Amino acid sequence: MTATTTRTSRDARTSREPLLQVRDLSVTFRRSGEEPFHAVSGVSFDVQPGQTVGLVGESGCGKSVTSLAIMGLLPKRGNTVTGEAVFEGTDLLKLSPKQMRDRRGRDVAMIFQDPLSSLNPVVPIGRQVTEVMERHQGLSRKEAEPKARELLDKVGIPDPSRRLKEYPHQLSGGMRQRALIAMALACAPRLLIADEPTTALDVTIQAQILTLLKDLVQDSDTALIMITHDLGVVAGLCDEVNVLYGGRIVERADRHDLFARPRHPYTHGLLASIPRLDSARGERLNPVPGSVADNLPWDHACAFAPRCSNAVEACRTTQPELERIEGGVETPRLLRCHNPISEEA
Amino acid sequence: MSTAATETTPQDDVAVPDDVLVDVRGLKVHFPIKRGVFFDRTVGHVYAVDGMDMQIKRGETYGLVGESGCGKSTFGRALLRLEEPTEGTVLFDGVDVASLKGETLRRKRQDMQMVFQDPLSSLDPRQTVESLLLEGMQAHGLAKDGKAATARLRELLSAVGLPPAALRKYPHEFSGGQRQRIGIARALSVNPQLIVADEPVSALDVSVQAQVVNLLEELQEEFSLTYLVVAHDLAVVRHISDRVGVMYLGALVEEADADDLYAMPLHPYTRALMSAVPVPDPTTEDRRERIILAGDLPSPANPPTGCRFHTRCPWKQEERCDTERPQLRTIELEGVPGTHRVACHFAEQIQRGEIQPHEVDVSFVEQVDAQPDDATPVTVEPGAP
Ligand SMILES: Nc1ncnc2c1ncn2[C@@H]1O[C@H](COP(=O)(O)OP(=O)(O)OP(=O)(O)O)[C@@H](O)[C@H]1O
Ligand SMILES: Nc1ncnc2c1ncn2[C@@H]1O[C@H](COP(=O)(O)OP(=O)(O)O)[C@@H](O)[C@H]1O
Ligand code: SF4
Ligand code: SF4
Ligand SMILES: [Mg+2]
Ligand SMILES: [Mg+2]
Repeated sequence: MTATTTRTSRDARTSREPLLQVRDLSVTFRRSGEEPFHAVSGVSFDVQPGQTVGLVGESGCGKSVTSLAIMGLLPKRGNTVTGEAVFEGTDLLKLSPKQMRDRRGRDVAMIFQDPLSSLNPVVPIGRQVTEVMERHQGLSRKEAEPKARELLDKVGIPDPSRRLKEYPHQLSGGMRQRALIAMALACAPRLLIADEPTTALDVTIQAQILTLLKDLVQDSDTALIMITHDLGVVAGLCDEVNVLYGGRIVERADRHDLFARPRHPYTHGLLASIPRLDSARGERLNPVPGSVADNLPWDHACAFAPRCSNAVEACRTTQPELERIEGGVETPRLLRCHNPISEEA
Repeated sequence: MSTAATETTPQDDVAVPDDVLVDVRGLKVHFPIKRGVFFDRTVGHVYAVDGMDMQIKRGETYGLVGESGCGKSTFGRALLRLEEPTEGTVLFDGVDVASLKGETLRRKRQDMQMVFQDPLSSLDPRQTVESLLLEGMQAHGLAKDGKAATARLRELLSAVGLPPAALRKYPHEFSGGQRQRIGIARALSVNPQLIVADEPVSALDVSVQAQVVNLLEELQEEFSLTYLVVAHDLAVVRHISDRVGVMYLGALVEEADADDLYAMPLHPYTRALMSAVPVPDPTTEDRRERIILAGDLPSPANPPTGCRFHTRCPWKQEERCDTERPQLRTIELEGVPGTHRVACHFAEQIQRGEIQPHEVDVSFVEQVDAQPDDATPVTVEPGAP
């Protein structure tokens, strides 16, 4: 099952050296007088050049912490990060803060949910874009300015010459997110991490931004890590999807395999609980019972067991491992479950 | 102009059918934008609600969708008279809500309750669940007999799926979904006829949203409730609603039975909105034709002339669109029922394919809305100008 006879273009792509290899990433928060809290445990995944990898899960499952750890943006105190994040041969987690600052914005860039808090309120947006180019590409302000205008135009900001001089508060949420994307793209990074980039936006604006991101990835071979709680966004955008629950990856698959045949009870439950615009109305929704507050610790159990309709005895005594399963058409499938949903279901 | 009564309530002569619980005519809520050292100079208005006409029938769920800032919440609040209308009337059960004062207003409020988006900020953190629930009941004289009140509290909790032990706890001790259950129990505690639910599930995790949606549906059946559900999530609204109204910049652009609207959206904005919603199905996503709207929502402080959608409409025509404001109307088209209303001059031609969409020039929308953290010293006060 592992060897495929016909090589598809995807195989050709996956045979390239990964751009980013995340290995066994764990983040633990410690506060005096409290039990250490494992926000992320043993997370591993690869990102190929030009690939879009999704990290999906509900609030608190560790999506942002994963990306902040890779970017070296976690608070200096109170947490421990272990594992590796190898970007083109260099482990980002071992870089000094100064070395990491040099990389950020140049090789790896990030866009956040709330663009207002990531933009400097007292600096015109054009200046914020040119600053990135001055810092990382050694351009003078004069050289950077036409490039900044070009970038604003590319991300769909109308009348860019005028907009260069405006402050973040003068832009709408969608335009701010575009400005932030322009900043992130200023140095043509090879990896872009987008953390819920459209969650704060209206759906018509979300469609604009997602189209923009999709085009950028296609045109420039930039790799994208897309972090979202919205399975609809994942379905349209990601090549490969990682589903997180309680700080661990519980399922990984190509988006087509994942949505057609979810094998993990949590993924299955999520899909069954959302009303869809394209399906018949009037059916009752099938919610996942309880909430993440009911989770068991992973050490000797499956965290999802108290909410799982498939749970068996082993689920409350033994932690399931993330294992390779049969069935991935193009991308190998991984699953962490003692009693998965059957393939026919 | 013969009597004072006809002067104050000119709409009285139009009969309201019995099955209508809420009847809204020409409702406007404008907020003055004030500027100056003491904010005493009105420099303009935010046209938050600007000409709403609609009815909510007894026992139905009316879903109101639209993008942020289009006036959904303000409209919901105006129904309950938590916002003073600038113009127009709201008849609740045949009574003009604006005419109510003091004790009668208070008593009428018992019939109209609200459920909020963020359950934590709408529940007093220092009160136990028991006292939160008793508060409303006492205010409306429903908890006179202690024994009956205790029984009622248990009944409420079991209705929303919380254990009796929840009574002694505080809001912060619950998860988001459980807090929303408390918010719903509180609204139910006074036996309302109408519940206005403003984004009741959008703050909740995906897996928990479905629990609350199902709960709202069960309670509606059990207590014969009428709902106005205000939300930006079209899939949730479609699922829960019998009828749906689509709002754009302060007014409805389309209204229909939920199934009809989603089967055949007629207004260009509704079409764009529905095509923008991501669907959790890669095959559908890859095949879909999206209508990507150019540009931003115009500011409600400076709405476009004519059809408010004309600055972004891919079907905009040279004639009428930017000069004449279209009214909600039924249209004569094969397969479109009389309950389906749309506010577009060219709905028939667009549906028949006689008018094709075209490129739209993006115009930049200046952000003039009053935001508390804006650098410009602008404050906005609620109330009629
Ligand atoms: N600085 C911190 N100190 C302690 N705990 C933290 C810190 N930052 C995050 N956490 C915890 O780590 C867990 C994962 O957080 P993270 O922000 O990654 O979640 P998320 O999946 O991105 O959620 P959301 O969708 O709400 O943003 C949460 O339980 C969170 O409370
Ligand atoms: N108290 C207020 N004072 C001034 N403007 C307001 C007030 N409440 C709402 N608005 C404005 O009215 C418009 C509609 O608001 P709202 O009804 O809250 O929108 P939404 O559809 O997002 O719920 C927005 O532009 C908002 O900024
Ligand atoms: S391991 Fe057990 S509890 Fe966990 S998801 Fe699988 S079946 Fe459910
Ligand atoms: S009236 Fe004109 S601008 Fe408005 S929706 Fe119809 S075609 Fe578009
Ligand atoms: Mg997050
Ligand atoms: Mg609102």
